[in-house]
Amino acid sequence: MRLTTDVAVVGGGPSGLTAAAGLAAAGLRVLVLDREREAGGIPRHSPHTGYGLRDLRTVMTGPAYARLLANRALEAGARVRTSAMVTGWASATGGDGAGGEGAHALDVTTPEGRLRVDARAVVLATGARERPRAARMVPGDRPPGVLTTGQLQNVVHLHHGSVGTRAVVVGAEPVSWSAALTLRAAGCRTVLMTTEHARAESYAAFSVPGRAVLRVPVATVTRVVRINGRDAVESVEVEDLRTGERRTVPCDTVVFTGGWIPDNELARAAGLAIDPGSRSPVVDNTLATSRPGVFAVGNLVHPVDTADVAALDGRHVVRHVLAYLAAASPAASRTVDRPAGRDLPDAARPSGGATSSGTRTGGEHGDAGGGETGGMFAGAIPLRAEAPFRWVSPGLVRPGAGAPPRHRILLWADEHRAVARVVVAQDGREIARRVLPWPVSPGRVFRVPSSLLSGADPRGGPIVISLG
Amino acid sequence: MRRGYELLGGYAERAGIPVERTGALLVAWTGEELAALDGLADKAARNGCRECEVVGADEVYRQVPALGPGALGGLTVPGESIICPWTTTLAFATEALARGAAVLLNTRVDGVRRDGDGGGDGDGETVLLTNRGPLRARWVVNAAGLGSDAVDRLFGHERYTVTPRRGELLVFDKMAGPLANRIVLPVPGSRGKGVLISPTIYGNVMLGPTAEDLRDRADTSTSEEGFAFLVDKGLALMPALMREEVTASYAGLRAATEHGDYQVHLDTARRYLVLGGIRSTGLTASMALAEHAAELLAEAGLLTSVRGDVPEPPRMPNIGEAFPRPYMCDDLIAGDPAYGTVVCFCERVTAGEIRDALASPLPPADLDGLRRRTRAMMGRCQGFFCGAEIAGRLARVEGS
Ligand SMILES: Cc1cc2nc3c(=O)[nH]c(=O)nc-3n(C[C@H](O)[C@H](O)[C@H](O)COP(=O)(O)OP(=O)(O)OC[C@H]3O[C@@H](n4cnc5c(N)ncnc54)[C@H](O)[C@@H]3O)c2cc1C
Ligand SMILES: Cc1cc2nc3c(=O)[nH]c(=O)nc-3n(C[C@H](O)[C@H](O)[C@H](O)COP(=O)(O)OP(=O)(O)OC[C@H]3O[C@@H](n4cnc5c(N)ncnc54)[C@H](O)[C@@H]3O)c2cc1C
Repeated sequence: MRLTTDVAVVGGGPSGLTAAAGLAAAGLRVLVLDREREAGGIPRHSPHTGYGLRDLRTVMTGPAYARLLANRALEAGARVRTSAMVTGWASATGGDGAGGEGAHALDVTTPEGRLRVDARAVVLATGARERPRAARMVPGDRPPGVLTTGQLQNVVHLHHGSVGTRAVVVGAEPVSWSAALTLRAAGCRTVLMTTEHARAESYAAFSVPGRAVLRVPVATVTRVVRINGRDAVESVEVEDLRTGERRTVPCDTVVFTGGWIPDNELARAAGLAIDPGSRSPVVDNTLATSRPGVFAVGNLVHPVDTADVAALDGRHVVRHVLAYLAAASPAASRTVDRPAGRDLPDAARPSGGATSSGTRTGGEHGDAGGGETGGMFAGAIPLRAEAPFRWVSPGLVRPGAGAPPRHRILLWADEHRAVARVVVAQDGREIARRVLPWPVSPGRVFRVPSSLLSGADPRGGPIVISLG
Repeated sequence: MRRGYELLGGYAERAGIPVERTGALLVAWTGEELAALDGLADKAARNGCRECEVVGADEVYRQVPALGPGALGGLTVPGESIICPWTTTLAFATEALARGAAVLLNTRVDGVRRDGDGGGDGDGETVLLTNRGPLRARWVVNAAGLGSDAVDRLFGHERYTVTPRRGELLVFDKMAGPLANRIVLPVPGSRGKGVLISPTIYGNVMLGPTAEDLRDRADTSTSEEGFAFLVDKGLALMPALMREEVTASYAGLRAATEHGDYQVHLDTARRYLVLGGIRSTGLTASMALAEHAAELLAEAGLLTSVRGDVPEPPRMPNIGEAFPRPYMCDDLIAGDPAYGTVVCFCERVTAGEIRDALASPLPPADLDGLRRRTRAMMGRCQGFFCGAEIAGRLARVEGS
């Protein structure tokens, strides 16, 4: 079966659904493909409240939020196909890939048969998942009862299944507290939470129920070094990283939380430039990837931030997809303006359309790390982050293309800093220095206003963000 | 070994067991290893394998560009293959069942009694004492792997002792697949980088195994030392591989003995045959060993005639990455939408395959069994998305 659409959105979580609603409202044919039986992404199995703050200016539970976003996309005229797994890229028929019919083609498996979806543009919104035990290389016996938060919440909230009675939660990030809440709902006590960091991280919203109500003991600077129990979990061995001392903690369930990795299989299969720190496709401030007409939003590009932030990526990408398609086919809507640069350097926008992505050809398939210079990203300035930061998103800023989503640069840190003295430099020249009123915390995104980049030289070298 | 390779290759084709002729490359990292290659090529030629060829470093890097620096040369082994070990043993068991054998799982042999010994009326039948009651047999074949020496002792022999040799493995994400399109072997006997890198039949890349003698015959746990050793080796052998995610880690126990050879002994009077100590290459050799065992038993007078009505080998569902799987097949999905309903996303396992496995002649006993039949939950998320769904499907079948 063949389907043709203007925009294919892969992934119907908060970011994909929000992008779809906006694109459909602008009059485009939009097809959302999600492999789950229901659209909505991760919030479907996250029954606590706290969703929707920044995008909808209200809060609700995850499932309610998921339903609302799905309905909005449908009402705007997007088609949403569930149980539709995108398995790869088919060879495109649309010639030079410049936004024409069939510029991009996807292979999809559905119960109704296999689909080949031809699209003029693609928005990847495939989200992120937690690294399971195997990826963290925790040795020991391999009994059942070792989960990730995602699996735990699926078991408890979607399948109403049970877990054990005594759990050790690995990680003390916001998502770890979410796991502890789910465990409590399932009648399982969290006997210990461990973090390799010097302090436990938690949402303000979680610190009250987290610390007081859940009364979870947290072992900081501690690592789980072994799981014991052949047929069922009996205990874990933990090590105090300061003293090297080890002890055994009896439990019957282990939940590995956080340790995010984007679902980047399709991004990698397309040969998109990949950020070595986050393993996400590299995007610029318009959320364009290294391949013309392929955009990436949500936790796929910043693993992970909250759902509302992912949704606002979806809102942000709308005008850029429209601009891309308008440039690709001049006959299309003229009402779409190129976004004006506000807090990013604008002066050096080269003439002759070199920054108007749609007209560019060549350099289509970047490879890891190498895609930043030529092709799609020509003229964009790479953004780099120094330790303790592991990654920064977007990975490039294109002068003249407007601010990144929410006027924020997102970073991920491996260490805690109570006072965040942010230094922005370019070619050895300091262009901004500011103390931000929020701390740097591992396990959650650190946000820097993009206005700190406004002093950058649009023709200069990479912009480096560090802590002073 | 050669006979086993041929028999298994032919059987795999008939039963639909996924096999890939990837070929292998022995890589020399030291002058000593390099010097050994010619001798190995001669030995291979004497064993009838004439296609092996000694190649220089350039060719080594042309064949496996992702290898770390320092390779000096190599020996190609074009015939080497990879096979699905789970489908193979399951095919054997399914076929045995179809031919009339009974397969009793969770049935441990703890004792042996000769009927008649106890004053009964037996004609020398053996009674096997198990956790699920006694079983009588005219002939007993002991193929109990790690437990074969213990069973052999129950028959009154003191011939060999199994020392479990643990082998730990790291399995990398399928996205690492392009890094290793063939098996990369160490030069045998070398003390250097003595682990192999191999594509798996499921599209992953595997690094290992370690080799460590243990005492506990049930200890298939992985260890810190094992992981550290493998990471170390991996960084030298193929640095790019170590930047990929680990999808799974395993440990298996090989049944090593104090003898170099397999322990095959026939006791005609006692109507007893042991096939033990099959520490490595036991999968490749399995059908040749079975053939040999059948010959021994025929000589001993057990097999007097060959049945003419044996059923064809079973057609096994394909779980190999190199062959079409249901999610890719339009006609299958058109006939049954369950084959278009992907349940395990990372491994692209459909509801139809899970249903079929649960309804098969030898259904999986638990989630682990279902995983090995179908690949469900075997992938990079290890159940983050599908674990609950798949456990639910298993529970519904068990409950009904
Ligand atoms: C346990 C937990 C608790 C959380 N709690 C909160 C909270 O309280 N508040 C908050 O704001 N945020 C919370 N978050 C974060 C929030 O869930 C995410 O930020 C948000 O879901 C990200 O949206 P997304 O659209 O990027 O991705 P996702 O929600 O992950 O959606 C991705 C979608 O893509 C689909 N997909 C992927 N690959 C394919 C493919 N090949 N073919 C078809 N479909 C595909 C998936 O099925 C999925 O539906 C929590 C996260 C977790 C894990
Ligand atoms: C890490 C690793 C990698 C390997 N790679 C390869 C390879 O690439 N190629 C290859 O050909 N081989 C390989 N092997 C070796 C191969 O797996 C073995 O040679 C083979 O499994 C031996 O088969 P078996 O039938 O003798 O014993 P097993 O496979 O061990 O089967 C013995 C069976 O007997 C049962 N049993 C034991 N005691 C009792 C009892 N008292 N009562 C009832 N039942 C009992 C056990 O439960 C088991 O099911 C590998 C092994 C390991 C560990």
